[in-house]
Amino acid sequence: MSALAEATVFDVEPLVVAGSTTRPAESTLDPESREWVTALGSVGATHDDAVARLHALLLHAARFEVARRRQALPHLRGDDFDDVANQAADDALVSVLRRLGDFRGASRFTTWAYKFALLEAAVKLRKRAWQGRELPLEPESWTALASTHLEPQAELEQRAVISAIDRAIHEVLTPHQRTVLVALALNGVPIDVLADRLGSNRNALYKTLHDARRRLRAHLDECGLAVDGAWEED
Amino acid sequence: MEDRDVKNVLARVLGPAEPEVGCDACFDELDRYVELEAAGADADAAVPGLRAHLEGCPACREEHDSLLALITARG
Repeated sequence: MSALAEATVFDVEPLVVAGSTTRPAESTLDPESREWVTALGSVGATHDDAVARLHALLLHAARFEVARRRQALPHLRGDDFDDVANQAADDALVSVLRRLGDFRGASRFTTWAYKFALLEAAVKLRKRAWQGRELPLEPESWTALASTHLEPQAELEQRAVISAIDRAIHEVLTPHQRTVLVALALNGVPIDVLADRLGSNRNALYKTLHDARRRLRAHLDECGLAVDGAWEED
Repeated sequence: MEDRDVKNVLARVLGPAEPEVGCDACFDELDRYVELEAAGADADAAVPGLRAHLEGCPACREEHDSLLALITARG
Protein backbone atom coordinates (compact mmCIF):
# COMPACT_ATOMS: atom_id res chain seq x y z
CA MET A 1 0.00 0.00 0.00
CA SER A 2 1.34 3.42 -0.88
CA ALA A 3 1.86 6.16 1.64
CA LEU A 4 -0.98 8.04 0.01
CA ALA A 5 -3.38 5.14 0.28
CA GLU A 6 -2.66 4.95 4.02
CA ALA A 7 -3.18 8.64 4.52
CA THR A 8 -6.05 10.13 6.45
CA VAL A 9 -7.97 13.24 5.58
CA PHE A 10 -5.32 15.68 6.63
CA ASP A 11 -2.31 13.61 5.62
CA VAL A 12 -2.96 13.92 1.93
CA GLU A 13 -0.71 16.60 0.53
CA PRO A 14 -1.60 16.99 -3.14
CA LEU A 15 0.74 19.90 -3.66
CA VAL A 16 3.72 17.86 -2.51
CA VAL A 17 2.65 14.72 -4.28
CA ALA A 18 1.56 16.11 -7.59
CA GLY A 19 2.55 19.70 -8.04
CA SER A 20 4.60 22.66 -7.03
CA THR A 21 4.11 24.47 -3.74
CA THR A 22 5.77 27.64 -4.90
CA ARG A 23 4.18 30.51 -6.76
CA PRO A 24 5.61 30.80 -10.25
CA ALA A 25 7.25 33.98 -11.41
CA GLU A 26 4.86 36.28 -13.22
CA SER A 27 6.66 35.45 -16.46
CA THR A 28 5.32 31.88 -16.21
CA LEU A 29 1.70 33.02 -16.03
CA ASP A 30 -0.49 33.15 -19.08
CA PRO A 31 -0.67 36.71 -20.49
CA GLU A 32 -4.15 37.47 -19.16
CA SER A 33 -3.33 36.26 -15.64
CA ARG A 34 -0.06 38.20 -15.70
CA GLU A 35 -1.97 41.36 -16.62
CA TRP A 36 -4.37 40.86 -13.71
CA VAL A 37 -1.59 40.27 -11.17
CA THR A 38 0.46 43.20 -12.43
CA ALA A 39 -2.46 45.62 -12.50
CA LEU A 40 -3.80 44.61 -9.08
CA GLY A 41 -0.30 44.95 -7.63
CA SER A 42 0.19 48.43 -9.07
CA VAL A 43 -0.95 51.79 -7.70
CA GLY A 44 -3.09 54.64 -8.91
CA ALA A 45 -5.53 54.52 -11.80
CA THR A 46 -4.24 51.19 -13.13
CA HIS A 47 -4.90 49.55 -9.78
CA ASP A 48 -8.30 51.17 -9.36
CA ASP A 49 -9.36 50.12 -12.82
CA ALA A 50 -8.24 46.54 -12.17
CA VAL A 51 -10.16 46.43 -8.89
CA ALA A 52 -13.31 47.67 -10.64
CA ARG A 53 -12.91 45.03 -13.36
CA LEU A 54 -12.30 42.37 -10.74
CA HIS A 55 -15.46 43.35 -8.85
CA ALA A 56 -17.47 43.08 -12.06
CA LEU A 57 -15.98 39.64 -12.69
CA LEU A 58 -16.84 38.49 -9.16
CA LEU A 59 -20.35 39.90 -9.42
CA HIS A 60 -20.87 37.92 -12.60
CA ALA A 61 -19.79 34.73 -10.83
CA ALA A 62 -21.97 35.47 -7.78
CA ARG A 63 -25.00 36.08 -10.01
CA PHE A 64 -24.23 32.84 -11.84
CA GLU A 65 -24.33 30.95 -8.53
CA VAL A 66 -27.52 32.69 -7.41
CA ALA A 67 -29.22 31.82 -10.69
CA ARG A 68 -28.24 28.15 -10.33
CA ARG A 69 -29.82 27.95 -6.87
CA ARG A 70 -32.82 30.21 -7.36
CA GLN A 71 -35.30 27.44 -8.18
CA ALA A 72 -34.48 25.62 -4.95
CA LEU A 73 -35.17 28.71 -2.83
CA PRO A 74 -38.76 29.73 -3.70
CA HIS A 75 -39.32 31.56 -0.41
CA LEU A 76 -36.61 34.16 -1.17
CA ARG A 77 -37.54 37.32 -3.10
CA GLY A 78 -35.78 38.88 -6.06
CA ASP A 79 -34.27 41.56 -3.83
CA ASP A 80 -32.83 38.86 -1.58
CA PHE A 81 -30.99 37.31 -4.51
CA ASP A 82 -29.62 40.68 -5.61
CA ASP A 83 -28.46 41.38 -2.06
CA VAL A 84 -26.71 38.03 -1.84
CA ALA A 85 -24.95 38.49 -5.19
CA ASN A 86 -23.73 41.97 -4.32
CA GLN A 87 -22.61 41.05 -0.81
CA ALA A 88 -20.88 37.95 -2.17
CA ALA A 89 -19.01 40.00 -4.77
CA ASP A 90 -17.95 42.56 -2.15
CA ASP A 91 -16.72 39.90 0.28
CA ALA A 92 -15.00 37.94 -2.47
CA LEU A 93 -13.19 41.07 -3.61
CA VAL A 94 -11.75 41.52 -0.13
CA SER A 95 -10.69 37.86 -0.02
CA VAL A 96 -9.08 37.90 -3.47
CA LEU A 97 -7.09 41.06 -2.76
CA ARG A 98 -6.00 39.74 0.63
CA ARG A 99 -4.89 36.41 -0.83
CA LEU A 100 -3.43 37.69 -4.09
CA GLY A 101 -0.02 36.46 -2.97
CA ASP A 102 -1.40 32.91 -2.77
CA PHE A 103 -2.17 32.82 -6.48
CA ARG A 104 0.29 30.28 -7.86
CA GLY A 105 -0.70 30.39 -11.49
CA ALA A 106 -1.89 26.79 -11.31
CA SER A 107 -5.01 27.96 -13.15
CA ARG A 108 -6.06 31.08 -14.97
CA PHE A 109 -6.42 34.05 -12.64
CA THR A 110 -10.11 34.39 -13.48
CA THR A 111 -10.82 30.76 -12.51
CA TRP A 112 -8.94 31.26 -9.25
CA ALA A 113 -10.93 34.45 -8.51
CA TYR A 114 -14.29 32.94 -9.48
CA LYS A 115 -14.10 30.32 -6.75
CA PHE A 116 -14.10 33.01 -4.05
CA ALA A 117 -17.31 34.55 -5.40
CA LEU A 118 -19.00 31.17 -5.82
CA LEU A 119 -18.08 30.21 -2.26
CA GLU A 120 -19.36 33.48 -0.80
CA ALA A 121 -22.63 33.29 -2.73
CA ALA A 122 -23.22 29.63 -1.91
CA VAL A 123 -22.56 30.10 1.80
CA LYS A 124 -24.81 33.15 1.99
CA LEU A 125 -27.65 31.35 0.20
CA ARG A 126 -27.39 28.32 2.48
CA LYS A 127 -27.55 30.55 5.53
CA ARG A 128 -30.52 32.53 4.14
CA ALA A 129 -32.36 29.32 3.41
CA TRP A 130 -31.96 28.21 7.03
CA GLN A 131 -32.40 31.60 8.65
CA GLY A 132 -34.75 31.36 11.64
CA ARG A 133 -35.09 27.60 11.33
CA GLU A 134 -34.33 25.30 14.22
CA LEU A 135 -31.61 22.82 13.33
CA PRO A 136 -32.68 19.17 13.48
CA LEU A 137 -29.98 17.58 15.61
CA GLU A 138 -31.73 14.34 16.54
CA PRO A 139 -31.77 11.39 14.16
CA GLU A 140 -34.95 10.98 12.17
CA SER A 141 -36.46 7.52 11.90
CA TRP A 142 -33.87 6.52 9.36
CA THR A 143 -33.52 2.97 10.69
CA ALA A 144 -36.87 2.20 9.04
CA LEU A 145 -35.17 2.64 5.67
CA ALA A 146 -35.30 -0.43 3.51
CA SER A 147 -34.79 -1.08 -0.15
CA THR A 148 -37.57 -2.52 -2.22
CA HIS A 149 -37.09 -5.54 -4.46
CA LEU A 150 -34.30 -7.03 -2.36
CA GLU A 151 -33.81 -10.73 -1.95
CA PRO A 152 -34.61 -11.84 1.64
CA GLN A 153 -30.95 -12.47 2.46
CA ALA A 154 -29.87 -9.10 1.08
CA GLU A 155 -32.66 -7.38 3.01
CA LEU A 156 -31.50 -9.03 6.24
CA GLU A 157 -27.92 -7.90 5.58
CA GLN A 158 -29.04 -4.38 4.85
CA ARG A 159 -31.09 -4.21 8.04
CA ALA A 160 -28.13 -5.54 10.03
CA VAL A 161 -25.86 -2.81 8.66
CA ILE A 162 -28.38 -0.04 9.33
CA SER A 163 -29.02 -1.35 12.84
CA ALA A 164 -25.29 -1.59 13.59
CA ILE A 165 -24.71 1.96 12.34
CA ASP A 166 -27.57 3.26 14.46
CA ARG A 167 -26.16 1.57 17.57
CA ALA A 168 -22.69 2.88 16.81
CA ILE A 169 -23.98 6.44 16.39
CA HIS A 170 -25.28 6.27 19.95
CA GLU A 171 -22.57 4.15 21.57
CA VAL A 172 -19.31 4.65 19.67
CA LEU A 173 -19.27 8.29 18.67
CA THR A 174 -18.49 11.17 21.01
CA PRO A 175 -21.41 13.56 21.67
CA HIS A 176 -19.87 16.15 19.33
CA GLN A 177 -19.24 13.60 16.58
CA ARG A 178 -22.83 12.39 16.95
CA THR A 179 -24.25 15.90 16.71
CA VAL A 180 -22.22 16.69 13.61
CA LEU A 181 -22.84 13.40 11.83
CA VAL A 182 -26.57 13.36 12.52
CA ALA A 183 -27.05 16.98 11.45
CA LEU A 184 -24.93 16.79 8.31
CA ALA A 185 -25.32 13.24 7.07
CA LEU A 186 -28.79 12.26 8.24
CA ASN A 187 -30.73 15.49 8.55
CA GLY A 188 -29.26 17.41 5.63
CA VAL A 189 -28.17 20.51 7.52
CA PRO A 190 -25.66 22.43 5.33
CA ILE A 191 -22.18 22.37 6.82
CA ASP A 192 -21.84 26.17 6.74
CA VAL A 193 -25.12 26.59 8.63
CA LEU A 194 -24.07 24.12 11.31
CA ALA A 195 -20.63 25.74 11.56
CA ASP A 196 -22.29 29.12 12.07
CA ARG A 197 -24.56 27.83 14.84
CA LEU A 198 -21.75 25.95 16.60
CA GLY A 199 -19.21 28.76 16.28
CA SER A 200 -16.96 26.54 14.17
CA ASN A 201 -15.89 26.46 10.52
CA ARG A 202 -16.39 24.16 7.56
CA ASN A 203 -12.95 22.57 7.67
CA ALA A 204 -13.11 21.76 11.39
CA LEU A 205 -16.62 20.29 11.13
CA TYR A 206 -15.66 18.19 8.15
CA LYS A 207 -12.74 16.74 10.10
CA THR A 208 -15.18 15.82 12.88
CA LEU A 209 -17.50 14.24 10.31
CA HIS A 210 -14.58 12.37 8.76
CA ASP A 211 -13.45 11.01 12.14
CA ALA A 212 -17.01 9.93 12.95
CA ARG A 213 -17.30 8.12 9.63
CA ARG A 214 -13.99 6.31 10.26
CA ARG A 215 -15.28 5.16 13.64
CA LEU A 216 -18.51 3.86 12.11
CA ARG A 217 -16.64 2.00 9.39
CA ALA A 218 -14.29 0.49 11.97
CA HIS A 219 -17.27 -0.58 14.09
CA LEU A 220 -18.94 -2.26 11.12
CA ASP A 221 -15.69 -4.05 10.40
CA GLU A 222 -15.45 -5.26 14.00
CA CYS A 223 -19.03 -6.53 13.74
CA GLY A 224 -18.16 -8.47 10.59
CA LEU A 225 -20.36 -6.14 8.58
CA ALA A 226 -17.66 -4.51 6.49
CA VAL A 227 -19.23 -2.35 3.84
CA ASP A 228 -18.63 -3.81 0.44
CA GLY A 229 -19.56 -2.64 -3.03
CA ALA A 230 -23.20 -3.53 -2.54
CA TRP A 231 -23.56 -0.76 0.03
CA GLU A 232 -21.44 1.86 -1.58
CA GLU A 233 -22.82 4.66 -3.73
CA ASP A 234 -22.76 3.80 -7.43
CA MET B 1 -37.74 2.89 -0.94
CA GLU B 2 -35.56 2.43 -3.95
CA ASP B 3 -32.28 0.67 -3.39
CA ARG B 4 -30.47 3.75 -4.67
CA ASP B 5 -32.06 5.92 -1.97
CA VAL B 6 -30.83 3.62 0.79
CA LYS B 7 -27.39 3.61 -0.77
CA ASN B 8 -27.43 7.39 -0.83
CA VAL B 9 -28.21 7.56 2.87
CA LEU B 10 -25.51 5.03 3.71
CA ALA B 11 -23.04 6.88 1.50
CA ARG B 12 -23.75 10.13 3.34
CA VAL B 13 -23.36 8.46 6.72
CA LEU B 14 -20.24 6.42 5.96
CA GLY B 15 -18.54 8.80 3.53
CA PRO B 16 -15.89 7.86 1.00
CA ALA B 17 -13.67 4.88 1.78
CA GLU B 18 -10.64 6.41 0.08
CA PRO B 19 -8.22 8.93 1.61
CA GLU B 20 -9.41 12.47 1.04
CA VAL B 21 -8.32 16.04 1.50
CA GLY B 22 -10.16 18.42 3.84
CA CYS B 23 -12.33 21.39 2.86
CA ASP B 24 -9.52 23.97 3.03
CA ALA B 25 -7.22 21.91 0.80
CA CYS B 26 -10.14 21.32 -1.55
CA PHE B 27 -10.72 25.04 -1.89
CA ASP B 28 -7.02 25.69 -2.46
CA GLU B 29 -6.86 23.18 -5.30
CA LEU B 30 -10.33 23.56 -6.80
CA ASP B 31 -9.41 25.98 -9.61
CA ARG B 32 -6.55 23.80 -10.86
CA TYR B 33 -8.64 20.63 -10.58
CA VAL B 34 -11.59 22.09 -12.47
CA GLU B 35 -9.44 23.46 -15.28
CA LEU B 36 -7.83 20.05 -15.70
CA GLU B 37 -11.26 18.45 -15.82
CA ALA B 38 -12.49 20.97 -18.38
CA ALA B 39 -9.41 20.26 -20.51
CA GLY B 40 -10.05 16.51 -20.37
CA ALA B 41 -6.86 15.87 -18.36
CA ASP B 42 -6.51 13.43 -15.46
CA ALA B 43 -7.46 15.77 -12.62
CA ASP B 44 -7.69 12.93 -10.10
CA ALA B 45 -4.07 11.94 -10.66
CA ALA B 46 -2.91 15.55 -10.37
CA VAL B 47 -4.80 16.26 -7.16
CA PRO B 48 -5.09 13.01 -5.14
CA GLY B 49 -7.86 12.89 -2.57
CA LEU B 50 -9.97 15.67 -4.02
CA ARG B 51 -12.42 13.47 -5.90
CA ALA B 52 -13.07 11.47 -2.72
CA HIS B 53 -13.64 14.68 -0.80
CA LEU B 54 -16.20 15.86 -3.33
CA GLU B 55 -18.08 12.59 -2.80
CA GLY B 56 -18.13 13.16 0.94
CA CYS B 57 -18.77 16.91 1.17
CA PRO B 58 -21.97 18.21 -0.50
CA ALA B 59 -21.00 21.87 -0.02
CA CYS B 60 -17.62 21.52 -1.74
CA ARG B 61 -19.30 19.39 -4.39
CA GLU B 62 -21.81 22.12 -5.18
CA GLU B 63 -19.08 24.72 -5.48
CA HIS B 64 -17.03 22.41 -7.70
CA ASP B 65 -20.03 21.89 -9.98
CA SER B 66 -20.66 25.63 -10.16
CA LEU B 67 -17.05 26.49 -10.97
CA LEU B 68 -16.89 23.84 -13.67
CA ALA B 69 -20.18 25.06 -15.15
CA LEU B 70 -19.04 28.68 -15.03
CA ILE B 71 -15.71 28.23 -16.78
CA THR B 72 -17.32 25.90 -19.30
CA ALA B 73 -19.98 28.49 -20.05
CA ARG B 74 -17.39 31.25 -20.46
CA GLY B 75 -15.10 29.11 -22.57
